[in-house]
Order: sequence, then C-alpha cells, then structure tokens
Amino acid sequence: MNGTIPAPTIEYGMLAPMLVVFGAAIVGVLVEAFAPRYLRSAIHLPITLLSLLISFVLIVWQWVEGVPTKAAAMGAIAVDGPAMFIWGTILVLAFVSVLLIKDEGHFVGAAAAVPGSAEEEQALYEGAAHTEVYPLVLFAVGGMMLFPAANDLLIAFVGLEVMSLPLYLLCGLARRRRLLSQEAAMKYFLLGAFSSAFFLYGTAMIYGYANSLDLAEIGASLGVVGGQDMLLYIGGAMIGVGLLFKIGAAPFQAWKPDVYQGAPTPITALMASGTLIAAFGALLRVFWVALGGLDWNWRPVFYGVAILTMLGGAIFAITQTDIKRMLAYSSIAHGGFLLIGVIATGSAPAQNTSALSGILFYLVAYGFTTVGAFAVVTMVRDAGGEAWHLSRWAGLGKRSPLLAGVFAFFLLAFAGIPLTSGFFGKYAVFQAAVTGGALPLVIVGAVASAVAAFFYVRVIVLMFFSDPAADGPSVVLPSRGTAAVVGLAALATVVLGVFPQPVLDLAHSAAQSLFVR
Amino acid sequence: MQLYVPILVLAVLAAGFAVFSVSIAPFTGPKRWNRAKLDAYECGIEPTPQPVGGGRFPLKYMITAMLFIVFDIEIIFLYPWAVAFDKLGLFGLVEMVLFIVTVLVAYAYVWRRRGLDWD
Amino acid sequence: MEAAEIASITQHSGGAIGAAWLMIALPLVGAAVLLLGGRRTDKFGHLLGVLMAVASFVVAALAFVQLLGFAPGERRRGVSLFEFIPGLVDKVGLLVDPLSISFCLLITGVGSLIHVYSIGYMAHDPNRRRFFAYLNLFVAAMLLLVLADNYLALFVGWEGVGLASYLLIGFWQHKPSAATAAKKAFIVNRVGDVGLLIAMFTIFATFHSLTFSGVLDRAGDASQGTLTAIGLLLLVGACGKSAQLPLQSWLLDAMEGPTPVSALIHAATMVTAGVYLIVRSGPIFEGTGTAQLVVTIVGVATLLAGAIIGTAKDDIKKALAGSTMSQIGYMVLAAGVGPAGYAFAIAHLITHGFFKADMFLGAGSVMHAMNDEVDMRKYGGLRKVMPITFATFLVGYLAIIGFPLLSGYFTKDGIIETAMEHSAVLGWLAVLGAGITGFYMSRLVFMTFFGKKRWDAKAHPHESPAVMTVPLLLLSIGSIALGAYLILGNRFMIFLSPAVGAPEHLPEFHPFSAPGLATLALVAIGAAFAWLRYGAAEVPATAPRGSFLTTFARRDLYGDALNEALFMRPGQWLTRLAVFFDNRGVDGLVNGLAASIGGSSGRLRRVQTGFVRSYALSIFVGAAVLVGAWFVVGNL
Repeated sequence: MNGTIPAPTIEYGMLAPMLVVFGAAIVGVLVEAFAPRYLRSAIHLPITLLSLLISFVLIVWQWVEGVPTKAAAMGAIAVDGPAMFIWGTILVLAFVSVLLIKDEGHFVGAAAAVPGSAEEEQALYEGAAHTEVYPLVLFAVGGMMLFPAANDLLIAFVGLEVMSLPLYLLCGLARRRRLLSQEAAMKYFLLGAFSSAFFLYGTAMIYGYANSLDLAEIGASLGVVGGQDMLLYIGGAMIGVGLLFKIGAAPFQAWKPDVYQGAPTPITALMASGTLIAAFGALLRVFWVALGGLDWNWRPVFYGVAILTMLGGAIFAITQTDIKRMLAYSSIAHGGFLLIGVIATGSAPAQNTSALSGILFYLVAYGFTTVGAFAVVTMVRDAGGEAWHLSRWAGLGKRSPLLAGVFAFFLLAFAGIPLTSGFFGKYAVFQAAVTGGALPLVIVGAVASAVAAFFYVRVIVLMFFSDPAADGPSVVLPSRGTAAVVGLAALATVVLGVFPQPVLDLAHSAAQSLFVR
Repeated sequence: MQLYVPILVLAVLAAGFAVFSVSIAPFTGPKRWNRAKLDAYECGIEPTPQPVGGGRFPLKYMITAMLFIVFDIEIIFLYPWAVAFDKLGLFGLVEMVLFIVTVLVAYAYVWRRRGLDWD
Repeated sequence: MEAAEIASITQHSGGAIGAAWLMIALPLVGAAVLLLGGRRTDKFGHLLGVLMAVASFVVAALAFVQLLGFAPGERRRGVSLFEFIPGLVDKVGLLVDPLSISFCLLITGVGSLIHVYSIGYMAHDPNRRRFFAYLNLFVAAMLLLVLADNYLALFVGWEGVGLASYLLIGFWQHKPSAATAAKKAFIVNRVGDVGLLIAMFTIFATFHSLTFSGVLDRAGDASQGTLTAIGLLLLVGACGKSAQLPLQSWLLDAMEGPTPVSALIHAATMVTAGVYLIVRSGPIFEGTGTAQLVVTIVGVATLLAGAIIGTAKDDIKKALAGSTMSQIGYMVLAAGVGPAGYAFAIAHLITHGFFKADMFLGAGSVMHAMNDEVDMRKYGGLRKVMPITFATFLVGYLAIIGFPLLSGYFTKDGIIETAMEHSAVLGWLAVLGAGITGFYMSRLVFMTFFGKKRWDAKAHPHESPAVMTVPLLLLSIGSIALGAYLILGNRFMIFLSPAVGAPEHLPEFHPFSAPGLATLALVAIGAAFAWLRYGAAEVPATAPRGSFLTTFARRDLYGDALNEALFMRPGQWLTRLAVFFDNRGVDGLVNGLAASIGGSSGRLRRVQTGFVRSYALSIFVGAAVLVGAWFVVGNL
C-alpha cells in the first residue's frame, strides 16, 4: 500500500476546444451570481459567442496542425477526424442558434411562476429574464462535444447527461404557452432519464462481458470472450436503445414532437441540429469501434429500425397541423435516412469512409437547413406568439413572398430536391448504401422521401396557393441576428447544393482516418 | 446456466408476488375512495393543476435538497481522495482544488440567488 | 451502309459549341433578373424574357452550324465546365451532339415563338413578368436536361423542368383547380423521379460512373438482369415526365395552366423529356429485350388511351392534351424499337413540337377571342371570324392526322412502318391509333370552326393581334415542311446516327405500302365519321349522356379513379390510421391494459394525469423488441 499512484496524462491541448466551452459556461454561472441583473445579458452574449468562436478556431488550428491519431486523456476521449468535424459543425450551429436565442421574447421571465398567475405578470412587468439560458446552452454544447468524442462508455454517459440536463431545463422556458412548455420539459426529462437508464444498464452489461469500458478494448474482446453472449446482446441492445432515443428513431420517437413543439423555438433549433449530430456521432463511434465486430448482429436490427423510422416519420408528418410538430416528424424521418448510412458500412475501409463522409455531410446540410427553418418559424407571429397552426400559414406567400420563398426553399431542401444541400446529403448517404449492398433500404428511403415530399409540398401549396386569412399572422421584422441566421442558413443550403465539393472533401478527409481505436 | 437457475427462480417469485399483490388488491380490499386517496403523493404539495393565480411553488425544500446534493457529491469524492492523497501527489491535489472550485461556483450561485434565506 | 456505331466524344472548347453553356445561362440570368428584380422589372420584363430566349436560340443555331462543319464521326463534342464530385461525376460538362442540338433548336426555337406569343396572351395579366421569369427558368432547365453529359446534371434539369412546370400550372393561383392540378403534377412526377433516382443509383453501383460516356460505352459489360432493372426504372422516370401509362393522370389536369404553358411545356418540349431519356440511354435498352418490350407496350397502350380520351373531351385543351399523350405514345413506341426507331421518334417529336404548339396556341387564340371559354360545344363557325387562326390550325390539324405530304405524314408513317417491321401487332395497333386520331382531331376542328355559332351571348370573337398570329404562321410553316425535309432521303437518320447509332439497312420511304394506305384509309373514315356527327349534324350545346364507352373516355379511362383506389385511398387510410395511432392507439392500449388489470378503468384514469407513461411504455416495448430482435439475429 505504499508508493505513488501514477498521475494520468491529459492532453489539454487536444481537449482545449471543449474546455473553453465548459470554462465559459462556469464563468457564465458566476456572472449570474455576481453581475447586476440589467448587465447580465450584455455580459453573457459576448462570452458565449466568443467562447464558441475561440473553440472553433482552436479546432481549425488543430486540424491544420494535424489530426491526432491517438485518443486523449488515457484513451478516454478520442479527438479524431470525425470528432473534430462534428465539433466544428456543432459549434457553428450552436453559434447560429445563440443568435436566435439572444432575441428577446422567446423565454419566460419567471419560469417557476404558475402560468397565468399574478406573479408571472409581475415578473414580466419587472422585465425579469432567465439569463441562465446562456450558461445552460454552453453546458449543453459542451456535452454535445463530449458525447460523440467519448471513447469510453462511462465518459459517453457523462457526455449524454451533461448534454441532456440543461436541455431539459431549457425546454421549459418558453414564454408563450407555458403549460405546453412545462409539459414538454417534464416529458423530455422523464423519458430522457428513462432512456439514460437503459444506456447505463447496457454499459454495465457490456462491462460484465468485456471487463472494460474502453470502446477499443470492448471491440477487441468480441469473439475472444466466450459463453457470455447473453450479456453482450442485452448490453448492446440496451446501449442501442439509449442512443436511438436521442436520435429519435422509431420506436423511441414519441418524445420528439411533443418536446419540439413545447420548447422555445431557438432551443428546438439547437436540439434539432446539435443533439442529432452529437447523438449520431456517438452512435457511430459506439457501434463501429466497440461493436463493429458484431455488425452481423446489429445491422439487421438497425435495418428494421431505419425502415420503421423513415416510414413512421414520413407518414405521421402528413397528418400534422402544427408546423413545429411537422418539422419534428420530418426530423425523425431524416434520422431514419441517416441510419441508412450507419447500415451502409462494410468490411472494406473505403466503404466505411464513404458511408461516414456521407453521414457527416448530411448532418451539416440538415443542421443548417433545420436551424434556418426554425428561425423562420420564430418570425411568423400571431397575437399570442408564434403562429404554429398550419392554417395560419395560409397565403403567407402573398403577404411576405421573400420569407415564404425562403421557407419553401428550406422545405425543398428537406425533400431533397436537386440544387439544395438536402439532395447531396441524401445522395451521398444513399449512394454509400447502394454500394454497400443495402439497395432495398435505399428503395424504402426513396419511397419515404417521396411520401415526405408530399407534406412539404402541402405547406408550400398552402403558403402560395391559398388565400390569406383576414386576421392572418404578421411577420415580425427580425432582429439583425435572426435575419443573419435565416440568410446564413439559406446561403449554406444553396452553396452546399450547388458547390458541395469543398465540404464533401472536408467530410471525406475527416472520415479518411475513421475513428481512432 | 446452472448457476443462474436460483436467480431466475427468485426473479420469477418476486415478479409473481408483485403481480399477485397488485392484481388481488382491487378485488379483496375495501373501496372507499376519497379525494386525498386519489391524489398523487408529492411532499404535501398540491399537484397540478393549481388554480390560476394560485401563487408560486414553495421551492424551499427543493433548494435545500439541491444544496445537500452539491455537498454530498463533494464528500463522495473527497473521502477517497483523503485516504490516498499522498499517493496521488500534486496531480490529485490540483484536480481536487479544481473540483471544489467548480462546486463552489454552484454554491455561489445559490447563495447570491438568496437560496440560503429561508423566507 | 453498315450499322453505324455511336461515335466517341471529342473534347471541344471553341466557338459557339464551346459557348454552349451560354444557352443555359442566358435564360437563367433572365429568370434571376425577373424574379429578384421584382416590380421594377415589370415594364420590360416580357421583352427581356423574349430577348433571352431568342439569344439562346441564336447560340443554338450557331452551334448547329459549327457542328455541321465537322465530319459525321466527330460530331459529338464534349464541353467541360467545372470540376465536380470526383468519383461520382468528375467534371460537369455539356454534350453537344446531333441529338442534343436537335432538342436545343426545338426548345429555343419553339420556345422563342411561344415567348413572343405570350406577350400578347398575357398582356392583361398583372403578373406577366413572373410568367416570363418562369418560362425562362423552364427553358434553362430544359436545355440543361438535354445538354448534360451525365445523369446527375440531367436529373438536375429534370427536376428543374418539373419545378417550372409546377409553378406554371399553378400560375393562376386564385383558381383552386389550378393549385390542385399543380400539386397533382408534382406528386405524380415525384413517383417518376423516384424511379429515375433509383435507376441512377443502380447505374452508379454497376458502372461506377454517371457520365454518359462512362455508362453507355460500357453498357455491354453489365448483366442482362441489371440492364433490365435499369431500363425499367428509367422507363418509370420517363413515364412520369412524359405522361405515359400508368402515370398519365397529371397531364390532363395540367391544362389549368395558361395556354402558352400548355403549348411549350405540356405539348412541345418537357413532356418529350421521357423520349429523350430513352433514346439517350439507348445502349442500355438495346442490351435488354425485356425492357424494350415493356417500352413498346407502354407506348402503344398510351397512344390508344390518349386517342380514346381525346374523342370524348369537350374542353378543347383537354382534347389536345389527350392527343399529346397519344402522340408521345407513338414516340415511345418508336424509341422502344431500337436504333431503327430512334430517328423517327425524334423526328416525330420535332414535328409534333411544331404542329402541337401551333394548335395549342391556336386554341389559345380561340379562347382569347371567346372570353376564355374552353367548351367546344360553345364554339362553332369561327372560321370566318378568325381566318388566320383557322388557317394555321387547319395546317396543324392536317399535319397531325397525317395528311399526305405534311410533316406528320412522314414522321408518323415512319413510326408505323418501323413498328410493323418489329411486330405486326404493334404496327396494326398504331394504325388503329392513327384512325382514331383522324376522328377526334376532325371532331375538334369541326366543332370549333365549322357548323353553326353556339356562342355565349357575351362573346364577341375577333382575330388575335399580330404578336399572336405571327408565331402561329411561323409554326405552321414548320408543320407543313419539316417532316418531308427530315425524313426524305433519311436525312435526319444519317444526321443523328453519330449520337444514337443507326440500323443496318436504312429504311426507304414507300408512299404506297400496305400499312401506309391502310392508315390513310382509316384516317379518312375517321374524319368522315366526325363530319357526319359534328360537321353536318347539329352539335348539342350540352353533352349528351352517351354510351358506356363515352363515359369511359370522358373519365380519362378511369385513370383518376384507379389512382384514387390504388394510391389515394390507401394513403388516406394510412394517414387516418396514423392519426388514430397518434391520438388514441397507444394511449388506448395503455388504458385498456390498465383497465384489464385494475378492473376499473374509470377510477384509474382519474389518477392518470399525462400521456408520458404511454410514451415510456412504447419505449419499453420497443426496447424489449430490440433486445428480442438482437437475440433472434444473434442465434440465427
């Protein structure tokens, strides 16, 4: 019992992008504690944006310096090509989402007040605001970065929770329709906790099987350890449940529409882009690095899940009358399309690279478009807040053709029409899948996207070919931030649709090294 | 497989008992419903929906509980470190200081937000 | 002459061919300026639109002249534009060859005339500028479709023309029927697009390339089964765009768009894209007899179906739309025959572009004069009031029924002869179709221009302005002379052969062959019958009930009913199920379970406050299923 325990080595340089974000989040909490109320958001905004920017610059710098080939922090966190690509994407989308978040009027003044009570009115009157939103967002973004980079199931769990807990809170902060928002937060929390339990349970099972939590060591133990298949199967499936829940794949999709609908729209934008990307990153890493040798086992299961998700998302979306719910179901369907890419892996590294780069590109394309679409949703307002019901969108094309046109463009991108980013995203993923021998799945995907096109077009027809209601919603002139977000998202959707090559190259070179082991 | 049989039997017995007691109760027990019985039990707080304008949730207990958790977690980490702090050396000390500072940030937030005032 | 091989592609960068991208860019710029410029461009918008279309035509003509300067074997010129996605499509380029340049001339030539005509037709429409923007957009997309040297860029153009078509069908947004028609066209076309998309995936998986040179030159390497699959998938795409059975239903509704649109997009150019696709992908189809057989069957079925629909329509545009379907059926039939038919398919496509555009614009002119009335039962005797329209329409009519020495006579006869050589059954069915064409087109002409006036009280028909009649005159010249020029001496077949190949023996033109004479006889009988029913006899102002067959044709051969039964009803049922499942299914299941355990659902429901537990249950059940599936797969 004597002697020293060797100190672990921690590559602070490689982890710096993440540490900057977490550090800024802690500073944000201190700002909440000590800065006077009227100064808080003025201090928060630069800190938040600057930390995201610095983090991004650090990633670019490291990318130029050379992508590490070994996992950091004693093999616990893998800062490899795909992780850095995902980090960069999440940071850019988070930056954009913060520009939406900073607009006044999305968040409640006093979340703890009973909806409609005198206290709530009082808080509104006093101009109370939950500026905690900024540090919470930073914590969530930090978690989103940790989750896909975790090379260890326990770290992945920590990342999952750090990402999710702030989001549960943020969901409950919508200014309008308080009850709906609180309900969303509650549901998200309960179901999220439920799915986290699955993840943790699976982790324990896998540990029982492999005697390690390290993904690479789990991967190496497959086929070596005998007679414990039960633990492995249950563990793998349970971890799959936890991850598929975050993606919103069927049959774990039930939370998504309710939560997307209830959450403040900028937070929905952050969730729809960032969480999805992070969850896919983690899913890919766990199932390729740790359970790659078991692919004959999980691939057929994912096959079914992908079909169910694509068709379910597309079919349920048709009946939606709420714009945010519709976008939620669309997000579910897109999760299914992305799952095709996960299944498209094969034994040859080239096949894996093309599938991975396809997924990465799809994530970038979808992330931008979805943030843009939700940004537009924040701008179409009724007397009682955002006009969510689709019937209120009727004739929008006649009132404000530019906004409706941009929204129609985003919808076309969701539908995967050529010359939008969505087309190349789908193309890259489907292509990889066809080469990987998953043609039936691609056919289902193409059918689902045709079904999906129906409800996107339905909205476009509604906007442009229906008569506007007399008391229709007004389009608020957005702040510069929101306008910039919509513009940027539209630009990204066009550029990625017309000149996808630079980003495809980037995704390809990120995917080239695959995941470190 | 032989090894697991007792566990399996236990699991079946436990599940059987649970199902049995839940399903037998409605048939055998007296049924005298009143409002209090139909309510969910939540620390004496009236569950939703509250009447409109019915006031804030009393959060005192929750804040106390959260403070407890903050220090509880701190202690959980401090104990093992205290047992082996000389072996962990400087690295352990620095990490522990960082950890305590992080927890203190949360504490400072609670304090500045008047979480320590009872009324 | 030996069977001509498809020539290889020579890279090229000079002259008008090197500037072929201008053909696409000019109208695209026009569309962009008009759409982004907003109301400021209202004053000159229509002129800019026309200018861009004409300029594009000039480039096409120059490129055509330059192309003729090369030896036949070197008439396939590739123009590379920019580097693109390596591996998928290395370089995006254009392919200027006899096939594509023929289309370019048709699109920009007829397109320009229709642009000019639209100045007059849309003169009173407040959104004329937007109309021209969409027309320009269409021209650009269509040119991209035919000029692309790879399937990916072709697909971009393909979707582009679909978009323009969608926008133009729904141009009069205030009409609910127009909005519905636009949506229907979009959805039906999506079905076709899915086919084309999957065809592209399969092509790439097989050949690892999407360029024409990379795919078609190596078509022989692929297995018969693969080629058949690709061919059938391509055919699905072609059917969607070209309104062939079973994806034909949108075309009749598409007549809700302004008439110049019907002329340009839904008669002359866009709907022929499917024929282009089949001819361009010729080597794939030639490698698989099955796919070719299906193509010919689809063609014949559509040519008969379209003709039958045409016989019963009282709406002048819908009658013409039925005729368009039918004529495209002829082209598809010829394209399915192989190299012997390609030249006739494209020649008929070009002449049809002229005479059908001529007739559509003529119909537009009539509608313009009659306060937008489309019911032919309210026309009659218009030949005296509108002499120029009548004369030009008459030329188009004679051309389409195959009156000797006019355009349609040569091209349609070529198709019938080729089909007859291929298979007697197909040939005689095509002859039958020609007879029906004689009947329904004569009916249309007699009801509109002959007989007594059955006008509305408010109608004061008058001849249209020169800006509308001059394009009609030009189009009718093409309708008269083009066929003879293209077909006699196999001029067009030889011209086209470097691009699509040619049969071993060039066909000779037999004016007095048995099928030719039979066709003429049937057409004459059809026309005479039409004269008895609609020329000499009184035409009732409201449609008589008619026999079972008439109803059958009036209802578009129950195409919509079929669609409804096959797609819409199950779709609605599915959505209803989805709603049910969303709202009640899961919760109901939970409630039901709870009720059966607790014995008192009413009481338990009182403590059940939210739905989150049903979600949790679905997650739990899902997890159980997942674990189960995992085990099943693991133990297989």
